[in-house]
Amino acid sequence: MPTMTDKRTIEVALSTTGLGPDGKPQRIPLGAEGLMSPHAPAEPEFEGEHMLINIGPQHPATHGVLRLVLELDGETVVRCIPHVGYLHCGFEKIGEYRQYNQIIPWTDREDYLNSLGNNIAYALGAERLFGIEITERCKVLRVIGMELSRIISHLVWLGTTCIDIGAFTPFLWSFQERENVYNLLERWTGARLTTSGARVGGMIADVPEGWTDQLRHFIDTFPKTLDQVERMLNKNAIWVGRTVGLGVMTPQEALNYGLTGPMLRASGVAYDVRKDFPYLDYETYDFDVPVGTNGDVYDRFLVRQEELRQSVRILDQALKRLPDGPVNVDDPRVILPPKSKATSEMESMIHHFKLVMEGPRPPIGEVYVPIESPKGEKGYYFVSDGTAKPVRWRIRPPSFVNLSAIPKMVEGHLLSDVIAINASIDIVMGEIDR
Amino acid sequence: MGLITQPDPATAVSYNPQSQEGWITTRLDFLVNWGRANSLWPMPFGTACCAIEFMATAASKFDLARFGMERMSFSPRQSDVLICAGRVPFKLAPVLRRIYQQMHQPKWVISMGACASSGGMFDSYAVAQGIDTIIPVDVYVPGCPPRPEGLIYGIMMLQKKVMQERMSNESLRDEFIADPTSQLYIPPSRIDELSEPFGNSVHQTRSAP
Amino acid sequence: MSKHSTPSFTVVRPGNPGEQPTTPTGIAHRGGAMNPSVEALRARFGSAIGRAEVVWGDTTVYVDRTKVAEVAAWLQGDPDQSYEMLVDVTAVEYRDAMRAIEVVWHIRSLKFRRFLRLKAELPKDGKTPLSVPSVWGVWKAADWMERECYDMFGIEFTGHPDLRRILMWEQYKEGYPLRKDFPMRGRFSRSEQLRQALAANPEARYSKEELSIADAFEDLPLDMRRRLGGGEQTGE
Repeated sequence: MPTMTDKRTIEVALSTTGLGPDGKPQRIPLGAEGLMSPHAPAEPEFEGEHMLINIGPQHPATHGVLRLVLELDGETVVRCIPHVGYLHCGFEKIGEYRQYNQIIPWTDREDYLNSLGNNIAYALGAERLFGIEITERCKVLRVIGMELSRIISHLVWLGTTCIDIGAFTPFLWSFQERENVYNLLERWTGARLTTSGARVGGMIADVPEGWTDQLRHFIDTFPKTLDQVERMLNKNAIWVGRTVGLGVMTPQEALNYGLTGPMLRASGVAYDVRKDFPYLDYETYDFDVPVGTNGDVYDRFLVRQEELRQSVRILDQALKRLPDGPVNVDDPRVILPPKSKATSEMESMIHHFKLVMEGPRPPIGEVYVPIESPKGEKGYYFVSDGTAKPVRWRIRPPSFVNLSAIPKMVEGHLLSDVIAINASIDIVMGEIDR
Repeated sequence: MGLITQPDPATAVSYNPQSQEGWITTRLDFLVNWGRANSLWPMPFGTACCAIEFMATAASKFDLARFGMERMSFSPRQSDVLICAGRVPFKLAPVLRRIYQQMHQPKWVISMGACASSGGMFDSYAVAQGIDTIIPVDVYVPGCPPRPEGLIYGIMMLQKKVMQERMSNESLRDEFIADPTSQLYIPPSRIDELSEPFGNSVHQTRSAP
Repeated sequence: MSKHSTPSFTVVRPGNPGEQPTTPTGIAHRGGAMNPSVEALRARFGSAIGRAEVVWGDTTVYVDRTKVAEVAAWLQGDPDQSYEMLVDVTAVEYRDAMRAIEVVWHIRSLKFRRFLRLKAELPKDGKTPLSVPSVWGVWKAADWMERECYDMFGIEFTGHPDLRRILMWEQYKEGYPLRKDFPMRGRFSRSEQLRQALAANPEARYSKEELSIADAFEDLPLDMRRRLGGGEQTGE
């Protein structure tokens, strides 16, 4: 019987330590030249007396566990130092220990507002790695899934941004619409939020009967809510006054900082993965991509609002062209045999056993397939060594890169503007920290 | 009341249903508990997906306001219930403990979701395997994320728990620090040893096939 | 403080005039059209460019690890290459312990609609330092991505203005999580991990540098000044 003096912690000679050669991580003081431009003080008589305040990580308006340390000169922000990592769970590490289909629930949880979109992005990447072409019905269903996902993500952004800036009612309107989409997703995938709806080679299941009618009803009624929000906010003096001219990023800056998605488009750069590097036959759908001019918070608001309308347009077209046929591709390397065969025939049972216990194995290679998530360019980078578990599963996080520009965006603005700018980036900490 | 290292044996179990507490005290108990249970102001410590379901529960369709949780208090000083919604990595652990310490008594904790209750699907180097390793929890709500109805069931369970509190129980609000000399104390090394066989199946901790 | 400009936006159909890009189908595992930038790179940098391959339609080109910054600067600045966007910086360590660690850059040219994957190999032979030049000077997007790569792999990016841990706390002692010799549940036991995490002093919220910004060091309570002055880091 082991006693209390037996060592239970494992002592390993670490190949790498957590500290640098001098015992500390290498860092350069934040006042280093060239890092941030010098800022003229707004209150000359208090010159030199700056205040340091801390927002977060627990704070209603930081959209998750983000910590911002602000250096203030009066109410003007001189410098902003964001700290992330409060939601780091080791997704990429876990992915190396799971089979390709088993990783799908993790893709739900990182950008949890765009779960079905993430599932589909993952499946697209994995299918390219396996060299599988999906069926036509699956393609259209995936477009429907991605656009529904985009709608619910933008609705959360809308609701929480309105709350941050002070308007409480659109939060309730947008969450009411989300409930309608939740009903659709729940009927299809079984879950409201964390859908796990895609598989390598197909989807979790085909849509049930009557689902397309429910989707049609949603498409017909949803634009009314958008009109309501537009009527309330777009020309509202308070809203415009609080959002115009804030957090401006010029197109060159935006590109250099790696911004993608509505952040980049609001600054005037017309880059949308659906148009420039299409997937799922997006080039055959008739939709526009809104591009802003000023790159401020108001433009980002308009861009996302218009994207909601365009998503409805795509949904409409996709629903009209939904073909019949199987959802899953007929490829025994990845698709399980039908249950009736697996329980009666020996070969199918062994096939089922191998696929579940060992998992599908792709050839050696690597892929990166980007998609347009509501936050920006999202992609999963897979590296395979021929085994059932990936060697490296990397998530390219759009919110992470978008957030890294926040010190640039809030310089010179007031404290309350920081909250508005933070809301306009549309961050999801699950994706930032992974 | 307050932080103590060891319960005073005289008051350790001081609830005696046979005692002549009196009609007034029982009515007062009921009144106080009724007031507390029906106006629990939550402090949503929302981190991840469960926070979105919490927001959906607070929104129009499921409406937490009818349970008295009208006012979401994001300041721990003005709240009653800490609803930890989402996974808590180790980096966030001191923050959670600090927030809990900043809350005033009486306070309760609801652990919402699988990740807050036990670490959920994140059995990795970075995630605390359950917030009950950090703060004491009253109600656990399973689910990933729990449906709004599930969260409401958990809240109603907490309300029932609150209704069962008694003023005569003087040790109710004590916060204990683990006392190594107590016979109930289990040292961490022994806890490690006991928990070793548990956790995910061996299959899922192997990277190579 | 805020500039009042007339809000406006236009709804446009983006993309270059010319061919409309289509969803790729029937992509071959290997072989396939190589990105023309590879030829141009070989012409310009010669021996610093290693092998190039096309896997599932994406071109990967290996670059000498010491020349990465120059290659990146040329790829971004040259008008015929014009890789304006840095998509990703990451690293891959293989299960085969003999294979080198590869640092991977994904870059994209919006003007020419091209995608390129640059790789630098860091052999684990004990002689090659685990460091590559930073491309922060070329693309500011590299800032946080390189910090994350350092945090997860321990790869040092020389020239990065502020290379410190970003996802784990700075005092994290267990190592670099995404290395293959790092077990999934970490090296320490769960209670030890919790103890180390909770040992972070909640009063010492700010780093010395952050406090020096606010010239508030003098105003701190004496014990906090003593602690911070003694080199205690906050662990954030």
